[in-house]
Amino acid sequence: MSEIIITAAPPAPRFAGLRTTWRYLVRDKFALVAVGFLVLLVLAAIFGPMLIGELATRPGLRQRNLAPFSFAHDWTYFLGADTLGRSIIARLLVGAQNTLGIAFAAVVVATLVGGTLGLIAGYTQRLYGAAILRLADIIMSFPSLLLALIVLYLLGPSVTNLVFVLAFTRIPIYLRTTRAEVMELRQRMFVQAAKSMGAGHLRIVLRHIAPLTIPTLVTIAAIDFAAVILAESALSFLGLGIQPPEFTWGAMVATGRGYLQSAWWISFWPGLLIMLTTLSLNIVASWARTAADPQQRWRLQKLQRSPR
Amino acid sequence: MLGFIVRRAMQSAVAIIGLLVLVFVLTRLTGDPAALFLPLDSSLEARQEFNRLNGFDRPIYLQFLTYLGDLARFEFGMSLRQNRPAMEVALQAFPHTLQLAVIAISLATFFAVVVGSIAAARPGGLFDRVASLVSLAGASAPDFWVAIVGVMIFAVGLDLLPTSGTGGPLYWIMPIGVLVLRPFGLLVQVVRGTMIGVLSTPYVKTARAKGVSPTVIIFKHGLRNAVLPVITVAGDLAASLVNGAVVVETIFGWPGIGKLMIDAIIQRDFAVVQSTILVTACAIFILNIAIDLAYALLDPRIRRQTT
Repeated sequence: MSEIIITAAPPAPRFAGLRTTWRYLVRDKFALVAVGFLVLLVLAAIFGPMLIGELATRPGLRQRNLAPFSFAHDWTYFLGADTLGRSIIARLLVGAQNTLGIAFAAVVVATLVGGTLGLIAGYTQRLYGAAILRLADIIMSFPSLLLALIVLYLLGPSVTNLVFVLAFTRIPIYLRTTRAEVMELRQRMFVQAAKSMGAGHLRIVLRHIAPLTIPTLVTIAAIDFAAVILAESALSFLGLGIQPPEFTWGAMVATGRGYLQSAWWISFWPGLLIMLTTLSLNIVASWARTAADPQQRWRLQKLQRSPR
Repeated sequence: MLGFIVRRAMQSAVAIIGLLVLVFVLTRLTGDPAALFLPLDSSLEARQEFNRLNGFDRPIYLQFLTYLGDLARFEFGMSLRQNRPAMEVALQAFPHTLQLAVIAISLATFFAVVVGSIAAARPGGLFDRVASLVSLAGASAPDFWVAIVGVMIFAVGLDLLPTSGTGGPLYWIMPIGVLVLRPFGLLVQVVRGTMIGVLSTPYVKTARAKGVSPTVIIFKHGLRNAVLPVITVAGDLAASLVNGAVVVETIFGWPGIGKLMIDAIIQRDFAVVQSTILVTACAIFILNIAIDLAYALLDPRIRRQTT
């Protein structure tokens, strides 16, 4: 979703230090809550399925369509149960692992591929550099969901294809940013110094230029994570993403769609979690932009003054 | 300026050809085209016959030439399920999506400009903070979930609006409401960002010092200069409304091109899938040219530079 924000190329965060960063974070209450939520979510996604993962697939006749907020059963049924009596909480945790895992894999692939292509396109003056850029333009000029739908239809839905397709539609963002950065870095004095010391192209790119693009790439990847989660959820919701018996939050919303009248909670909770996750990521990203931008940072510093 | 437009149009044309090549390559190189074009339960003989009839056993470059020839003559084959030319089916669905998209993007732009400008007038103020949070939430909300919650509350719970289908004005409220959300959220951020930038320029300070009223400063001095990035972003968002349209149309049973595409994908009606792709791609192509034109007409710098 946040293509627009991303193409505006946020400056790489060059924080003064961990303590200062922490102080800026405390100044922005929304960002603090968002970071807390994300940390909890990641921990829950990693350890939750280990603890109560088997409940996610264990049907229970007595809990069928159990309404949320009841203490009659175990705490794992506090958010209700689905039509087969499976615990929603357990399913949310397993869904979290799948959703975040797929999104993470897609972002990593997109960063690596996009970053590498961007390095090549930015460094070389040859024709293929321009060709790579045109390719990115083609990918970008079509709605990402449309592209993903076509490719998944033709290749067939599977987790590998899903990761590949999600990465494919995000590559241009990484490619263009890296390219812009490399084109600027290429002109710097230290590159000429390395050249005059007899360094080859490969060494210059890998040792001198590539490391400097990493902060920008990481920032964009963090912002892009929210967009990838949304795209994955939409694809899974439409039935072209992950296939049963595996499920993600998006697929859970789709399953619950048939029971809106009788059991609203089946599709409500996973959707709410998608929303809270992407919202938190966007809030953190927007905070990071402010904290990293010297012209905006005063907004976080000014609050430190004693109240008038 | 003509040169500028022609150059941009060429770029978009290259993009469309690229997409068509991608579809061609993926359909021919991922195994058996008959498996894509024919229903899943078709017999082996039928598949071989189909491959021979359609020339899928010929060399790949010959196939590509035939493919291009068919495209040039707007031949997309018949829809398997509806027994009508696939292009006709796609073109019939297109206006429904277009109506939704035009209304949604207009509403989103209008409200985003108003809210973003007011928020930019006092950055860090109460209105600004509320607007920022609301716009972030709008941009982060999964549209399919918002649509479902909407159905849950307004159709199932309160029984105010119809769950799905087309008809009177009531049928428009939820699809438009869901579709507006994301472009609105993103546009507010863009408007706010550009407006803060514009409002801190010296000429705005001069106007303020002269005693020009804040409303005039914001909506006349500020907005006129902030309008360019907003148009570009709104144009991009209009193109990506197709994403939302697929989801919204599926949920609300809207007979537009997004629903047609999903239905065709599920029914494996490949001729229709291909036609919907091409219709959408052409619509985006035209939209891109329109944005470039608007940009060139509105910005005197581009206008003069390129004449």
